[in-house]
Amino acid sequence: MLFWFPFLPESASTVSGQVDALFFYLVGVTIFFTVLIAGMVIFFAIKYKRRTPFEIPRPIAGSLKLETMWTVIPFIIAMSMFVWGADVYFKQYRMPRDTMEVYVVGKQWMWKLQHPTGQREINALHIPVGRKVKLIMTTEDVIHSFFIPEFRVKADVVPGKYTTLWFEATKPGTYHLFCAEYCGTNHSGMIGTVVVMEPAEFGDWLSGGANQQTPVAAGQNLFQNTLGCASCHGDNGQGGRGPALTNLLGSSVPIQGDGTAVADENYLRESILNPTAKVVAGYQPIMPTFQGQVSEEQLLQLIAYIKSLSPQRTSGITTTARPANTQANNNAPAAQASPSANSRNGNVTGAPVTRRPR
Amino acid sequence: MQETLATPPETPRVNYLNATYGLKSWLLTKDHKRIALLYLAGVSLFFMLGGIYALLIRIELLTPKGDLFQSQTYNKVFTQHGIIMVFFFLIPSIPAVLGNFLVPIMIGAKDLAFPKINLLSWYIYMLGGILTIWALLSGGVDTGWTFYVPYSTNFSNTYVVIAGLGVFVSGFSSILTGLNFIVTIHTMRAPGMTWFRLPLFIWSHYATSLIMILGTPVIAITILLVALERIAHIGIFDPRLGGDPVLFQHMFWFYSHPAVYIMILPSMGVVSELIANFSRKNIFGYSFVAFSSIAIAVFGFLVWGHHMFVSSQSIYAGMIFSFLSFAVAIPSAVKVFNWSATLFRGSVSYDTPMLYGLGFIGLFLIGGMTGLFLAAIGLDVHVTDTYFVVAHFHYVMVGGTLMGYLGGLHYWWPKITGRMYPESWGRFAALVIFVGFNLTFFPQFVVGYMGMPRRYHAYPDIPIWQVLNVMSSAGATILGFGMLIPMIYLIWSMRYGRAASANPWALPGLEWRTSSPPPTENFTVTPVVTWEAYEFAPPEELKIIGKFGPRDAADFPPDYPAYTES
Repeated sequence: MLFWFPFLPESASTVSGQVDALFFYLVGVTIFFTVLIAGMVIFFAIKYKRRTPFEIPRPIAGSLKLETMWTVIPFIIAMSMFVWGADVYFKQYRMPRDTMEVYVVGKQWMWKLQHPTGQREINALHIPVGRKVKLIMTTEDVIHSFFIPEFRVKADVVPGKYTTLWFEATKPGTYHLFCAEYCGTNHSGMIGTVVVMEPAEFGDWLSGGANQQTPVAAGQNLFQNTLGCASCHGDNGQGGRGPALTNLLGSSVPIQGDGTAVADENYLRESILNPTAKVVAGYQPIMPTFQGQVSEEQLLQLIAYIKSLSPQRTSGITTTARPANTQANNNAPAAQASPSANSRNGNVTGAPVTRRPR
Repeated sequence: MQETLATPPETPRVNYLNATYGLKSWLLTKDHKRIALLYLAGVSLFFMLGGIYALLIRIELLTPKGDLFQSQTYNKVFTQHGIIMVFFFLIPSIPAVLGNFLVPIMIGAKDLAFPKINLLSWYIYMLGGILTIWALLSGGVDTGWTFYVPYSTNFSNTYVVIAGLGVFVSGFSSILTGLNFIVTIHTMRAPGMTWFRLPLFIWSHYATSLIMILGTPVIAITILLVALERIAHIGIFDPRLGGDPVLFQHMFWFYSHPAVYIMILPSMGVVSELIANFSRKNIFGYSFVAFSSIAIAVFGFLVWGHHMFVSSQSIYAGMIFSFLSFAVAIPSAVKVFNWSATLFRGSVSYDTPMLYGLGFIGLFLIGGMTGLFLAAIGLDVHVTDTYFVVAHFHYVMVGGTLMGYLGGLHYWWPKITGRMYPESWGRFAALVIFVGFNLTFFPQFVVGYMGMPRRYHAYPDIPIWQVLNVMSSAGATILGFGMLIPMIYLIWSMRYGRAASANPWALPGLEWRTSSPPPTENFTVTPVVTWEAYEFAPPEELKIIGKFGPRDAADFPPDYPAYTES
């Protein structure tokens, strides 16, 4: 922060100071022009106050020079704001590499989050200080918006696709989490806390929830047992009647008919829910839709599993190279808790994951 | 001097108000002036209703806990406040009341081009209003005035379709009004009234009309799609059926951003009139002010995406919309500079309308400048959907449109009713409204930057947040009180006010060259215009209808505001 100002929310992320700096620049410009113009108006109104009821002042036609000046100068100032604003925006929104991923599912009216280690949280997010955190977010129902004022970041959570948000906390503490997009009756109750901890403390917190099934493991279970994806895509995603899923993430997939598609999370999602939308060249459109058969959380787990099959890939929008994930890759989670009695055709609403709201 | 073919000074016995009597003569009138009064009644009714909702919101937010209403009720209150104020007050207020009354008179025409369509537009507006009120009485709507999907289509259990139908229907009244204005301004200008002699009020209404006929059909389609989606699940917005909820936002804001200019442009037109006339000077840079209206209308269609910087639209689209949003700020800035320069070496009076005009400049400055905060994407990410946005658009909508509307209403009140309002009460109310307004909305910028999201029934118990909210609620009380004063004295003045002469402010505009109130056909003789807009000493004044532009005491209308006579 540039200087002390009593009406600022706490500044606790790597971008918050930059947003504040931009804010103060605009406040400065606003004060300057307000004082200039309001001052001019008041000064003229007093100085040229009507003295006698009968005076008719001499007309003044205008001045091209002045018009040019007050078109060009504000334009230049506006452009400086534009460039600065766009620069900050890029920093807020362009996904860095080496992030710790957290999955977020919004629903009326709560936030459900899951860490890669399996830890689940509701209306709370625990993160370590100094680590880039990437949220992969979707919603079960209406549009929500994930807003942490102390971090100066916000992103809508939109049904039918994944949106992402990243931030890096700079100060341990407890901060606000708001839903910023009106989402119905209890919109103002869809709030929570973001708890930023020292890395060691965070490690303790994470291990406190040990022996929870990781999203990757849960996804593998869905893949191999519950949903039967393995029957076409191979037990470990090596392919079969369906295309191989190994090393898929971030690659360019040839699509039947028109061009290629980049295999990011939204592509994987579409391919599961609406398989015929983009059929991989050389394969038959025989895959059934899984729309209505998987919950948003299970979908995220499946995608987490598919992503774990691409250990060395680091794509543009989806950066997956993170230490937490690698152990999941070498088919570690062979130890499935339950044989998942649910059969392939069964609906799988109750995910076989222990639910531990915090 | 008084005998020279001067017609207006004598108020003729028959004018548009007393030409015919009876309810039927009003409800079936084709006179644009009477239709304007019909609109005035409708708009005032909706404004009061919307105002009551606003006060309820402010009472609820006095405390952090949601203790006055249930959440659902609160959501309905702010939704209905928004729908009524936007679609039934702000959009029709200036064009349908002042524009309807003045566009024909200011260009020297007898009426609008399509008088029957004009009457039809009022009925459509009222029908839309009644549908909306029906929705409120049946149980209300809770989607927010923005009707965002999929909440409005798949989740809300309230009367979305009826309320949407109300908005849909009232849109057609906008379209018809816009159409009427455009044809009238093109074809019915009096001899000699060239485009560049038009008062700026006309230019801004022309620009507004363009937006009305080009933009309103889009909101009609959008609302229709929401209704179809809700009833028949056609799947245009529902991702489970292959639709896209963000598409709705694109369509909605494609209209609703230009709609902001439907609200503010006419007000800018009024303010141009006030600033020029009450400093008795031609407007500085007439053509720049005129063309800036057109520029705003055109560029206004290209910036809708700035409502969607965090909606998951592409970041490159975001940058383009940001750039264009900064660009559209420039014509507004040009107007403000020109208004200020107009005062230079003028003869500035402090009559009530001018106080509103000057107040407009101050509030629009804040409203416009904070718009830049929202156009700067990196900053918008933090403040969008917070009270910062709420404060910003109230500065533009209330500080801009409402100030212009009240200023215009006072300015033309003698022409409309033939009566003067009490000047000292007028100034007092203008002051109270200005103070109340700032106290209401300035704290919202602060609490918004601190992170308070909008549309929150209850907010976290942070002491400073409550202090700011209490300030805001206190301001709203003052503002509400301030609004009551003109409501009372304007109604009072219709019967008891001092009779106004044809030209009580001593001004050159065409509307001041006919009697107050004007005859049904506006002018007894078709005027021939030989002077420029805001020309205070036209050379051939006496050849025209009447005398104006006083140079000495004898030429002054006898009822020129009393305070200057002493």
